[in-house]
Amino acid sequence: MADTILSVDDVTMQFGGVTALSNVTFGISRGEILGLIGPNGAGKTTCFNVITGVYAATSGAVTFDGQSLAGLKRFQITKRGIARTFQNIRLFPDMTAVENVMVGADAKHKTSVGGALIGSRRHHREEREGRDKAMELLTFMGIADRAGDAARNLPYGYQRRLEIARALATEPKLLCLDEPAAGFTPAEKQELMDLIRKIRAQGYTVLLIEHDMSLVMGVTDRIVVLDFGKVIANGSPAEVQNNPDVIAAYLGVPDDAA
Amino acid sequence: MSLSDTFKNLTAPARAVSGLGDKISELPKVSRWSLIALFVVSLYLMPWWPEVPVLGWLVDTPGTSFEGVITDKVVIYVLVALGLNVVVGLAGLLDLGYVGFYAIGAYVVGILSSQHANLPWLVCVPIAVAVSMLAGVILGTPTLRLRGDYLAIVTLGFGEIIRISANNADWLGGSRGISNIAKPPNIGPLKFGILDAKPYFFLGLTVIIIVVFLLRRLENSRVGRAWNAVREDEDAAELMGVPTFTFKLWAFAIGAAIGGLAGTLYAGKVRFINPGNFPLQLSILFIAAVVLGGTGNMWGAILGGAVVAWMPERFRGFADKRVFVFGVALVLVMVFRPQGLIPRKIRKERWLANWRSSADAGEVTRG
Repeated sequence: MADTILSVDDVTMQFGGVTALSNVTFGISRGEILGLIGPNGAGKTTCFNVITGVYAATSGAVTFDGQSLAGLKRFQITKRGIARTFQNIRLFPDMTAVENVMVGADAKHKTSVGGALIGSRRHHREEREGRDKAMELLTFMGIADRAGDAARNLPYGYQRRLEIARALATEPKLLCLDEPAAGFTPAEKQELMDLIRKIRAQGYTVLLIEHDMSLVMGVTDRIVVLDFGKVIANGSPAEVQNNPDVIAAYLGVPDDAA
Repeated sequence: MSLSDTFKNLTAPARAVSGLGDKISELPKVSRWSLIALFVVSLYLMPWWPEVPVLGWLVDTPGTSFEGVITDKVVIYVLVALGLNVVVGLAGLLDLGYVGFYAIGAYVVGILSSQHANLPWLVCVPIAVAVSMLAGVILGTPTLRLRGDYLAIVTLGFGEIIRISANNADWLGGSRGISNIAKPPNIGPLKFGILDAKPYFFLGLTVIIIVVFLLRRLENSRVGRAWNAVREDEDAAELMGVPTFTFKLWAFAIGAAIGGLAGTLYAGKVRFINPGNFPLQLSILFIAAVVLGGTGNMWGAILGGAVVAWMPERFRGFADKRVFVFGVALVLVMVFRPQGLIPRKIRKERWLANWRSSADAGEVTRG
């Protein structure tokens, strides 16, 4: 691939005796929507956690934008340009929707205690920028009408969108979505997929974990399939769909064939 | 469930209620500022409150001088509660050794103005605040990697270490303590003597107002947002680019500095300190003040600090049962108002109204 933004090279992740990821290798090209799929427990979220620095890989390397992410703190990785959402929504429940997004926007800001105490010019500028950016993103995600409500009081669908808005506020080069459509009705899922296309159209690269095959097929450019911590397929949606290993992983193998 | 989880559940969730503060900030600018000015003036008149009918009967402390209570206890506790609220209420770090910073502030003034040098009080204060802040950083750097109950235990130990060290170190006066501590310098008509407590009260109140002003600035900035985010979900905050460790350390350092500042006021007033002034029980009482007032709400912390300081004195009429009455009163408040007297509130994004009217209406509504 000509312009790889993120490459995962031979990553193995072990928790005690359990190998959650074993020699996983794949890359994401700039501007593409890559689907990461696999049955329950295949290691999709673990893979996300290794990329975003929640876990340090047992072996192997993650390279982002030409630089290794090894040894970086989580917030440093975010500042380099990887943002994520969570499979189980993890907003700041008592903060308003717009404040949640502003926390994300603050990743690009520098005001600290000194600047806030004296009310520096940079503090005022960053507050203004943060508000504008947050409102722009909430509008983009279609949830600006509840901007002043506490995150905990938002409907489920709004919370999912708010997580994406918060991640986008960090101005990522790579947006990682962990089952963003979980719990959605088919109609809501369709709406979300349109939104993801819109996000890509803005120039973001998207890594999407999703359970629902039909959904991933519709929106992704390429799909990586994980099963028991191993990459079993990597190709276009059509290729993956017809790959016998993938079919076996999802549907099981008849006893006589095994 | 861990102690700190219980603690967080006790104080959450914040509610979107319209409080007195909202009503005041919705008033036109002139009436708002005159109300605030009136309020501040009435606070400065607090030493004369017992002479006001009804109010006087309510607040007066039979058996002790009301003036003395508000100077020696209320002002100090309010300041301490404000500082502790940054650590516990905003950043969500359970600190059970806060008395340690208070002691450091008092002891630095004691050492520099009496025990080992003769510096004036005013020179000691910035040094004491800086030393307290440094102590916060020194305690925080290794311990803020811990979370929840583990942090609570380590800080509990810290508070005891400070007290016991002071007790055992002869150059800190040992168990005899330090006497003849310098008092604040006279400012115009304000003469800081022994008989009249009012000047100390005015000084303390002024310090509180300045601290409130500065803390409000922090709360309404990236720093306050980061603290809130850390309290709500530390992992998510870090993954959204918040340098969590740095901001937790700031919370600790600022809290410590305010605690130390309270210590300097205390030392300057009583002019004699010994390790017995800084027991573990005081740390617990400080936490009680913050929780009683409303964790995470600055006005709550102020009220909580004032109530915890004043109530035992108000109940002096009950003689040896007064601590019991105080305890029952605390329990009753927590049963009927578990979020505290003035609970933390969901932020009112007042600017949103302006933003909406200036933005294209069609774009803002969902579509």
